[in-house]
Amino acid sequence: MSKLALIIKREFVAKVRNKSFIVMTFLSPLLFVAIGVFVGYLSTMKADQKTIAIHDESGLFVNEFKSDEEYKYLDLSKVDTKTLKDSIISEHYEGLLFIPKLTPTDSLPTKIEYVSNDSPSVMFVEDLESVINNKLTTENYHKAGLDVKAIDKAQSNISINLTKASGETALKGLNEIKIAIGGAFGYLIMMFIVIYGNMVMRSVIEEKVSRIIEVIISSVKPFQLMMGKIIGTSLAGILQFMIWAILGLTAMFVLSSIFGIQIGATSGVNAEAVQTAQQEMGGSMALYVKEIWNLPIGTILISFIFYFIGGYFLYSSFYASIGAAVDNETDSQQFLLPIIMPLILGVYIGFFTVINDPHGTVATVFSMIPLTSPIVMMMRIPFGVPLWQIAVSLVLLFATFLLVVWFAAKIYRVGILMYGKKPTWKELYKWSKY
Amino acid sequence: MSNILEVKQVVKQYGDYTALNEVSLTVPKGSIYGLLGPNGAGKTSLIRIINQITMPDSGAIILDGEPLNPSHVHAIGYMPEERGLYKTMKVGEQCLYLAQLKGLSKAEAKKELDYWFDRLEIQGWWNKKIQELSKGMAQKIQFVVTVLHKPKLLILDEPFSGFDPVNANLIKDEIIELNRQGTSIIFSTHRMESVEEMCNYIALIHKSNKLIEGKLSDVKKQYRTNNYEVGILTNNVEGLMYDLSQKFTLSPTDFKSLNDELKLEINLGNATPNELLNTLVQRGQVTHFMEKIPSVNDIFIKTVTQ
Repeated sequence: MSKLALIIKREFVAKVRNKSFIVMTFLSPLLFVAIGVFVGYLSTMKADQKTIAIHDESGLFVNEFKSDEEYKYLDLSKVDTKTLKDSIISEHYEGLLFIPKLTPTDSLPTKIEYVSNDSPSVMFVEDLESVINNKLTTENYHKAGLDVKAIDKAQSNISINLTKASGETALKGLNEIKIAIGGAFGYLIMMFIVIYGNMVMRSVIEEKVSRIIEVIISSVKPFQLMMGKIIGTSLAGILQFMIWAILGLTAMFVLSSIFGIQIGATSGVNAEAVQTAQQEMGGSMALYVKEIWNLPIGTILISFIFYFIGGYFLYSSFYASIGAAVDNETDSQQFLLPIIMPLILGVYIGFFTVINDPHGTVATVFSMIPLTSPIVMMMRIPFGVPLWQIAVSLVLLFATFLLVVWFAAKIYRVGILMYGKKPTWKELYKWSKY
Repeated sequence: MSNILEVKQVVKQYGDYTALNEVSLTVPKGSIYGLLGPNGAGKTSLIRIINQITMPDSGAIILDGEPLNPSHVHAIGYMPEERGLYKTMKVGEQCLYLAQLKGLSKAEAKKELDYWFDRLEIQGWWNKKIQELSKGMAQKIQFVVTVLHKPKLLILDEPFSGFDPVNANLIKDEIIELNRQGTSIIFSTHRMESVEEMCNYIALIHKSNKLIEGKLSDVKKQYRTNNYEVGILTNNVEGLMYDLSQKFTLSPTDFKSLNDELKLEINLGNATPNELLNTLVQRGQVTHFMEKIPSVNDIFIKTVTQ
C-alpha cells in the first residue's frame, strides 16, 4: 500500500471510529426532525385573543370589523374617549381605534387614530386601514351615484401566462424551484466545506499538539500527510452524507406511505371535493414535475461532483495550513474569518442576485471566481448556463486549487514544526519562502 | 572503516537567522556518535535535515555512500526529543501504521512487533490506547516504533528523558545491543555521563558551528592538561613541597581515599610522569597517582564558555 493510501486509511478510520462522528451521524437527523416537528407545533399554536375597543362617532364603520380568533372588536362608541384611553393604559384593552364624525368625510383619512401601549404590527394596521378604506370607497361610490355592483363586476383580476419562446408553457414559481435545487447543492457544498474543513484543521492541530508530527514527517513528505488528511477526512464526510441520504430517503418512503393511508381514510368524508382538488393539483403538478425533469439534471449532478471536489479541496488546504500555523483552536479564529467570508458571500449572491438575474454580470463574475464559484455556479446551473462558462469556471477552480495546495503545503511544512508563537499574516508569508 | 553518514558543509538559514553554518560531520559505521551542544546550537536543525524533514540551503549529505534521497527514510530511525503518538489510537494499530510508513509490509511489521513486545514484556498493551499508558510506558512504545524497521542509522534525541532508572537502563542495553548488531547510532543529549559511558565518537556544535569532532579518546587527548592527581603519606611536608615546587606547578585537590594523606594536583610541565614519581618516592609513601583525564562535561563547558 502506498504511503498516501495508508494515511488516507488512517484518517478515515480515525474519523469514523470517533464517538462524536457516530453520534453526529445518527443523532443529527433525529435532531433535524425534532426541530421540524417543534417548529410545526409552534406554528399551530394560537396567540391569545386581543380585544380592540372601537369608538366610532360616525357609526359607519364599527360593524365592518369582524372579530376573529386573533382580534375581538368591541363597539364602545358610547363610552367617552378619556375613559377608554385610561383603560388602555390600565391594559384593559389592547388598543383603541378612534374614528371621528366628520361631514363631509373628505378629511377623514387623516383623522383616524389608533391608541395602544405597544406599537401594533404592520399587518394589523394594514388590515384596519383596508377595512376602513373599503367602506369609505363604497360610501363614496354611493355618494357619487355609482352602481357598486356594476363596479364590482367591472373589476378584473388578471394573471399573466408565461410562455417560453420555444412554445412550451412556462410555470410561475419555477424560478423558485430552480433556485431551491441549485441552492440546496450550493448550500451542501458550503456546509461540507465548513464542517469537514474544520475537521481537517483540528486533526492537524491534534498531530501538532501530541507532537507525533515529527515522527510522521520523518517517514513521509508533509505534502503527502496533508493530502492524505484532506482526502481521508472527506471520505468520512461523504460516508456520513450517504448515511444521511439513505436515512432521509427511508424516512420519506415510510412517511409517504403512512401519509397515503391517511388520505384514503379521510377521503370518505368529502370524497368528491378531494378528488377534484387532486385532479386540479395533479394537472399542474404534472407540469411542474415535467419542468423539473427538463432541468439539466445530468449537468447539475456532474458539475456538483466537480465543484464539490474542487471547492472542498481548495478550502480544506486553507484549513490545513491554518491548523499547521497555530498551536490551538482558539488561535485559529483570526485566520478563519477570511475563509468563511467568501463562502457566506457566495451564498448571499446565490440567494439574492442569482434568483433575480441568473445570467447578469454579478452572478456570472462570482460564478467564475474560484472562491465563490462552487456555490454560485451550482445555483446558476438550473437556469441553464452555457457549457463554456462551466468549463472556464472549473478550469479556474482547479488551477487555483493547485496553486493554493502548493502554497498551503509550504506553510504547512514550516508551521507543523513551529511551536509557542502565534504567527501573523506576515510570518505566514515569510514561511512560504523558506 | 567506511562512514554511515557524511555531512558536508551544510548551511541552513531561517530568514536572517543562521541555524547551521557550514557544518561538516563524519559518522563512522558502527559507531555510537554523541552529538553535543547547548540548547539552540543547531542540533535539531541538523537532525531534521538528516531526516529530510527540512532541506539544507547548501551542502550535501551522504548516507552510506549515497547522496541523501527519499528512499533513505527507510534506513533511518528517528526518535525526536519531543515524543508523540496518537493519543486515541490503539498501541498495536499505531505501531503497525508507523512501521508501514517506514516501508515495512503489514506482515513484517507484525512479526517485528511481536518480537519487540515480547522482548520488552509489553505484550498486554496491544489494545490499549496511548492515553491510558503512563509517560514511561508510552516512551517504550516510542522506542519500539523507532527501531522496528531495523534502520541502519538510529538518531536518538535525548533518549533517556522520561524514563525511570530501571527502564533507562533497559533502553540503554537495547541501544548497545542494536549497536553490537551493526546499527550506527547518533545520540543527541545533555546527559554527559551517558555520553561518557556509551559514545565512542563525539561532535560539539555551538552557535551554529561545529567546534569539536572526533574519536572520544582523541578528543580527550587533545584536551589533556598533563595534570596528575597525587596522594602521598609523608612526615616532611615542607621538604616535599619545596622539592616539587622547584620543577612543577602545584595546586590543592581532593579525591576520595581511605588514608589521611597529602592530596595534590600537579602539572607536569615538560617533565615526564616518571620524573614526578621519582621526586615523590624519595619523600614518602605514594598512595595515589593518576592522570587527570578531562571529562566530556569539562570539555563541553570549557569549549562553550570560551
